[in-house]
Amino acid sequence: MLSTTRLPLVAAVLTTALTGAASAQDSLSGTLKIFSDMSNPAPRAVMEGMAERFDAMHPDLDVELTIIDREAYKTQIRNFLTANAPDVANWYAGNRMAPYVNAGLFEDVSDLWDGQIGEELASTQGAMTLDGKQWGVPYTYYQWGVYYRKDIYDRLGLSEPETFDQMKANCQALLDDGVKCYTIGTKFLWTAAGWFDYLNMRTNGYDFHMALTAGEVEWTDDRVRQTFANWHELIDMGAFIDNHTAYSWQEALPFMAQGDAAAYLMGNFAVAPLRDAGLDDSKLDYYQFPAINADVELGEDAPTDTFHIPAQAQNKEAARAFLRFVVSAENQTQINAGDALGQLPVNALSSVDDDKFLKEGFDVLSNRAPGGIAQFFDRDAPAEMAKLAMEGFQEFMVLPDNLDRVLDRLEAGRQRIY
Amino acid sequence: MTSSFWRRNQQRLAPALFLAPGILFFAFYVIFPILQSFRISFYKWDGLSPAEPVGMQNYSQLFEDPAFYTSLGNNVIWLFLYLLAIPAGLAIALFLNQTVTGIRIYKSLFFFPFVVSQVVVGLVFTWFYDPTFGLLNTVLEAVGLDPVNILGDPSKVTYGIIAAGLWPQTAYCMILYLTGLNAVDPEQVEAGRLDGAKGLKMLWHVILPQLRPATFICFVVTIIGALRSFDLISIMTQGGPFGTSRVLAFYMFEVALSEYGFRMGYGAAIAVVLFSIMMVYIAGFLWKMYRDEKGA
Amino acid sequence: MYPTPIAKTSPAWQISYQALLPVALVLWLLPLIGVAIFSLKPAADFAQGNYWGWPSTFSGIQNYTLVFTGSDMPRYLMNSVLITVPTVIGAVALSCMTGFALGVYHFRGNLLIFFMFVAGNFVPFQILMVPVRDLTLAMGLYDTKTGLVLFHIAFQTGFCTLFMRNFIRALPRPLIEAARVEGVSEIRIFAFIILPLMKPAIAALSVLIFTFIWNDYFWAIVLTQGADSQPVTAGITSFNAQYRAAYHLMSAGSLVAALPPVVMFFAMQRHFIAGLTLGAVK
Repeated sequence: MLSTTRLPLVAAVLTTALTGAASAQDSLSGTLKIFSDMSNPAPRAVMEGMAERFDAMHPDLDVELTIIDREAYKTQIRNFLTANAPDVANWYAGNRMAPYVNAGLFEDVSDLWDGQIGEELASTQGAMTLDGKQWGVPYTYYQWGVYYRKDIYDRLGLSEPETFDQMKANCQALLDDGVKCYTIGTKFLWTAAGWFDYLNMRTNGYDFHMALTAGEVEWTDDRVRQTFANWHELIDMGAFIDNHTAYSWQEALPFMAQGDAAAYLMGNFAVAPLRDAGLDDSKLDYYQFPAINADVELGEDAPTDTFHIPAQAQNKEAARAFLRFVVSAENQTQINAGDALGQLPVNALSSVDDDKFLKEGFDVLSNRAPGGIAQFFDRDAPAEMAKLAMEGFQEFMVLPDNLDRVLDRLEAGRQRIY
Repeated sequence: MTSSFWRRNQQRLAPALFLAPGILFFAFYVIFPILQSFRISFYKWDGLSPAEPVGMQNYSQLFEDPAFYTSLGNNVIWLFLYLLAIPAGLAIALFLNQTVTGIRIYKSLFFFPFVVSQVVVGLVFTWFYDPTFGLLNTVLEAVGLDPVNILGDPSKVTYGIIAAGLWPQTAYCMILYLTGLNAVDPEQVEAGRLDGAKGLKMLWHVILPQLRPATFICFVVTIIGALRSFDLISIMTQGGPFGTSRVLAFYMFEVALSEYGFRMGYGAAIAVVLFSIMMVYIAGFLWKMYRDEKGA
Repeated sequence: MYPTPIAKTSPAWQISYQALLPVALVLWLLPLIGVAIFSLKPAADFAQGNYWGWPSTFSGIQNYTLVFTGSDMPRYLMNSVLITVPTVIGAVALSCMTGFALGVYHFRGNLLIFFMFVAGNFVPFQILMVPVRDLTLAMGLYDTKTGLVLFHIAFQTGFCTLFMRNFIRALPRPLIEAARVEGVSEIRIFAFIILPLMKPAIAALSVLIFTFIWNDYFWAIVLTQGADSQPVTAGITSFNAQYRAAYHLMSAGSLVAALPPVVMFFAMQRHFIAGLTLGAVK
């Protein structure tokens, strides 16, 4: 869904009141064109709010915001970066920046990272770096983990699992009660990659995840097979809902909301729709994916969403100012609050909202992920490998016996792609 | 001067004049791009950075790519099953070729799936097949059968999409046959009746030979439609689950322009293969036209 | 007439035939009827799992109102009109000329050029996709209605030329010869003798091309993005992303998107069928 919002009207009224001092020395003028993929209701409101506030701060600047459907955006970015580039655009951290960085379509913004800002954003600098330079700034990140129906667990006397054995025992108890352990919708593939990432990081560790997505490990390696063997156990139990290939992640939500499935391995963005579906905090809870191999430290997926300046942007000065504004501690606190994005701020000086899931997620990522923090399978691996592998994951979930064929295919892909 | 030159030569100049705009447009947007695609298929190119010549590499990779063979196999299934639209269209045409009151409205309503865009047909059938609330499973349940997950099951998905495609295609063939039946020579039918031909025998020996032009057009549009199948797959499954419902047309788009696709050269190679397959049919069609032209 | 006219058959079969017609029609249109029912239901019915029961309230008006007020649907519809109408005009105009040239004159290469148009009309879109996208980008027409229109005109010229040339071939030749004898220029022959005779072909072709272009999805997603230029076939997927899992709205939106060519078909039925079947019956 795309709509263009011009904001000068509101701005004109607000400006005089808000920015008396700033406007005197403000040199930003012209138009600032922003393309954003924050199309879901809550993120949309956040993005519109940011554009509005930034517009109000700079009286001579006209902020023009275009919001594009998040899925469609993923294919459209390559077109507008070459054809009609905005001044600021959303994207993702990690290897998913690579095609655009390599093609020279993103502006090098290492200068922004020098000094104060760099220190405040230190934790995400690695994810924004390719070829030793920074290519954008983060605006939010969020934990992944298992969101579960606390009321169902309580009814069956189950508690949050800490080991894989407990996880399987819980699952068996649920299945005996006629409830599926996990809902999932794999129509768009990446949800299956979430399962692979966690099983793989718990089986082989964070470093192995990074090596695998960097193409340094063979897909036919025994360690990879061990990951799939653990997954196989869950599939054999019937842990996942039927027909998951037919659903998107949103279409898989009702199974949990209606109590047909007890848990969902998902990013924190699933909380908002689950709450909307009637699960209050007495029914909905979160736990960190339990340990499988006691010898590896826990690593987590925490995808980081970002802002970039296209190389062909017209108003780079204003764009840089906008990026600085986005990552400022104050704005970070505001946009990531529970009533806004409901995610985690990237600036160390910001405060995390007083929300059950955000607090626990922040704790997990800050204190309980000694192994390391990954982006996500399709952000750490190159696009082509990600697509091939995620298709393999989906195939494995439906036809686990095809594993050998799948792994051979992925290995052949790895040798070609890297 | 010029005007007299024009007057003397206008019969030779006029066709060039009339053809020029059409040919220019067509050459620019159709002929030239076809040649371009052949050229791109010898490059490795992500559509962003400069292209790099790689010789036959895209083709050699293609012939080792399991997804290519899956797509090709599905194209064959499409090609054969899509032809069912022809007998189905004929059957409906025979059913509707009557003169009762209101038959015209019936004919129009039977035809109208063809007018609806394939995007909407795809959406409509996706919901029709939905495993939780789809009308199909509701009906199956009502008659005591197990529910099926058509679009999520690799062994059923292609057939499910083809069934959706057959819906408008059958309507198309139906209308072609209805018009053809209108032109059937009544005297021959009467002669057939006198010879004692009835029912299917009459259909086979008297009617079908007269419907040959309609049948020919049905074959042409159905085969081209089958090889062009893209919209339905894109809307209904995006090639999934795990690529089992891809056809060449969709696979080409997927590797070149979809979310994770950056392989323009590889896509062009797929397009060249698809083009070559299609050329066989196009050549056959042109050959028949050529014979008709010479005969006429 | 075949099959045997119903009036000449047994009364029992006459009655069953009359009864069979509506039943067959409902079965034939079942998937569409399902969507139409969905579009009349309130959101609450879906939340409660009442998919196929009687609507708890009749919400058709709200649903369709929301399609037009709560989304970019009106813009997509407008884009479709602004893409389809110029394409129809352009392609029909070009092919009147090419059809005239190929249908009336004898010159070397006539058949070759004709076959080029025919063959081009059948090629898979994919062989054109990457270069046409590049051309459009290079001309600065990416994500514009103009870019889409220009390509559509060019591509449809193939089919239209086939159609027009065959139509003109069937016109009486002595008419042209007589005009030439009287010294009428070739351009006037085209404009004042042939063109008026082509009216039925122009009507038929226009309706047909309107439907083809309105229903195009592939080129819409290759050459445009966003509500500024995308036609409704592509817009409907964005609409569905906005209202994901709101089946009553997605159904209403789909029907709205499908409607214009349906209306066109019912309004211009005779021309439409004439267009489709030209060549099918010789």
